[in-house]
Amino acid sequence: MSRTYIFKRFERFWHWSQAALIITMLVTGFEVHGSYTAFGWQQAANVHTTAAWALIVLWAFAIFWHFTTGEWKQYIPTTEKIVAVMRYYAFGIFDPNAHHPFRTTTLTKHNPLQRLAYLFVKLFINPLVWISGLLYLYYHDLGAYGVGGQSGLQLGTIALAHTLAAFLMLIFLIVHVYFATTGHTPLAHIKAMLTGWEDIEQES
Amino acid sequence: MRFTNLLAAAMVAMLFTSASSASAQQAPSKLLNSTANHSKFKALDREFDSGPEVTRACLSCHTEAAKQIHLTQHWKWEFVNPDTKQVLGKKHIVNNFCTSVASNEAGCNSCHIGYGWKDDKFDFTSEENVDCLVCHDATGKYKKPSGFAGLPVTKDTEFPPGSGKVIKGINLRDIARKVGPTLRTTCGACHFNGGGGDGVKHGDLDSSLEAPGKELDVHMDVKGNNFTCATCHKTDGHQVPGSRYAPTAMDKGAAQVRGKGGRINPATCQSCHGQGPHKQAKLNDHTGKLACQTCHIPAFARGGQPTKMAWDWSTAGKLGPDGKPMTIKNEDGYDTYMSIKGDFVWKENVKPEYIWFNGTVKYTLMGDKIEKGDKPTQINHFEGSASDGKSMIWPIKMFRGKQAYDPVNKSLVITHLAGNDDTAYWKNMKWEPAVAAGMAAAHAKFSGKVDFIETESMWPITHMVAPKGKAVGCVECHSGNGRLEKIDGIYIPGRGSDHAAWLDLGGWAIAALGLLAVLGHGLGRFIAYRRNR
Repeated sequence: MSRTYIFKRFERFWHWSQAALIITMLVTGFEVHGSYTAFGWQQAANVHTTAAWALIVLWAFAIFWHFTTGEWKQYIPTTEKIVAVMRYYAFGIFDPNAHHPFRTTTLTKHNPLQRLAYLFVKLFINPLVWISGLLYLYYHDLGAYGVGGQSGLQLGTIALAHTLAAFLMLIFLIVHVYFATTGHTPLAHIKAMLTGWEDIEQES
Repeated sequence: MRFTNLLAAAMVAMLFTSASSASAQQAPSKLLNSTANHSKFKALDREFDSGPEVTRACLSCHTEAAKQIHLTQHWKWEFVNPDTKQVLGKKHIVNNFCTSVASNEAGCNSCHIGYGWKDDKFDFTSEENVDCLVCHDATGKYKKPSGFAGLPVTKDTEFPPGSGKVIKGINLRDIARKVGPTLRTTCGACHFNGGGGDGVKHGDLDSSLEAPGKELDVHMDVKGNNFTCATCHKTDGHQVPGSRYAPTAMDKGAAQVRGKGGRINPATCQSCHGQGPHKQAKLNDHTGKLACQTCHIPAFARGGQPTKMAWDWSTAGKLGPDGKPMTIKNEDGYDTYMSIKGDFVWKENVKPEYIWFNGTVKYTLMGDKIEKGDKPTQINHFEGSASDGKSMIWPIKMFRGKQAYDPVNKSLVITHLAGNDDTAYWKNMKWEPAVAAGMAAAHAKFSGKVDFIETESMWPITHMVAPKGKAVGCVECHSGNGRLEKIDGIYIPGRGSDHAAWLDLGGWAIAALGLLAVLGHGLGRFIAYRRNR
């Protein structure tokens, strides 16, 4: 085992604050949707809106960071070793002698499955959440821009897209949290995301 | 220490000098609102035997007042709806309370702002028959007892004759010399008692508004804003704005600014509060679809006085064990059954029903074809929809009735209820002669048969505005089976019936399956780990 510094300070801050905001927004969002009662509708709606703005600001910084540091390249999809990685998670992971086919380095932080999943989040789920959310928030003013109004985009449609995005995010979150426990010890990846230092298995 | 003592002494000295100088001055006289003191007017310094005599005295100075009154709905009891062209007003409509004025004028017209409208021969051009005092009495002593066609009683009078009951005469001189602007009590003398008693008709207007606290009405609060009715119903030339025959359902105007005229109705909330009265933008978004009243009047009949919610005339006529007309009261002392009127339902603190309303009210008038069916006859239907661009969501009181109609001619009927004669229902309790007399008085044809039909009437809820902290909370509409559950045509976040079932079902199912899958996977890893240790 050797230790490599993978996740920089901003990256870790971005990851964990985004995690907190997304969980907050899922919990409050589904209350606003009427799925359950927890904080009270008014409180849920207020927190949801405040968290939305915080997340938008965070995303603006994160996008800037990704482009200025060139880290966006981490999400370029690849099929290399993708079958091997899938086979590992399906079978190899239960075998103490099997090894993860992918080696994490500072230049390639994510295995090919991660790359695909994160790219889907960044290019589909996030924009869908963001755009439908802003349309939802400003629905009342859309008429003035010729987008909404009587015959235009209806709130029901906007809400449908926003709810769909929320479910996708929820499903991503469940799988993502689980995969975080699949390091060489259950807490290894989580520690790495906290400290920035990842334990890298040596080639044997 | 010494310094403080000195300071205290100086202050005490100052206090004394200022007190003594103040007492030396003349007390400033109180600024009066009015330039006229009616008790100093010669025309009023005399005894008056009748209402018209007082009016003649009033008109000797206020020369044009009666002409103004003659143009009002208050005087004519008639209103032609400019959109539907229906001829409305108390004179014409049949409601589902005491049903109609025609043939009952002597009783009903104690609430007319005139003197002597006892039948269909009343002279609507008479100036001296305008009743100034009923609106301008400031003593609270002016009374127009039922049965006198709107005339006050100036000498002790036995009524009904031979009953042994005496109505005390009132001193018109005293009242005329103390007239003033309208008060909550003067408007309320009739409007709080619509339907024949306190709170009966409207639900948002009853005697609790004579001196309300802040909780009941944030504007009329006697310790706060202390509005009178006329503060909002800002009257010009005796024309009182704010009619429920043609209400302003949607007001897109800005708050009223002097010099910027053109406001049709100064009684709307928007005429003072404008379009964006909330600090939070999301709340202001609601003003596009919701009448202010929808959130700001959480319930009506909140002042301790219940309102009638239903009236079933079909059960009238049952006599008590003594063979005489009876009255059954509930534990709070309100009539739930009267032989002469039938069954009533009273309620307090009532959550309104909500509808789309565009300001057009369509009446079912006498002569309009009505049919017994699944749906009650709509006495006055508030029109509107989510898509007509003119409607807002409004709170209403829905008043449910069952009343006499002519099953052969299929029409509402005029019933002669009040009167000391042998056809009046309240005296004889026989429907056919009472309806025959009523229809004859209205010059309408009657088959001779009486049956009962279910009816509904709608009353806009617009008074009893609660303080903002008591407004309807978000979740009361943003939820399944909330207040607006029946409002169609819009998406309400949180209202389950608006959701796409496939998405909610599918979303939760896939999320649950995903959770099961990862838990299963994790369990597999755990077992593999234990086995290989």
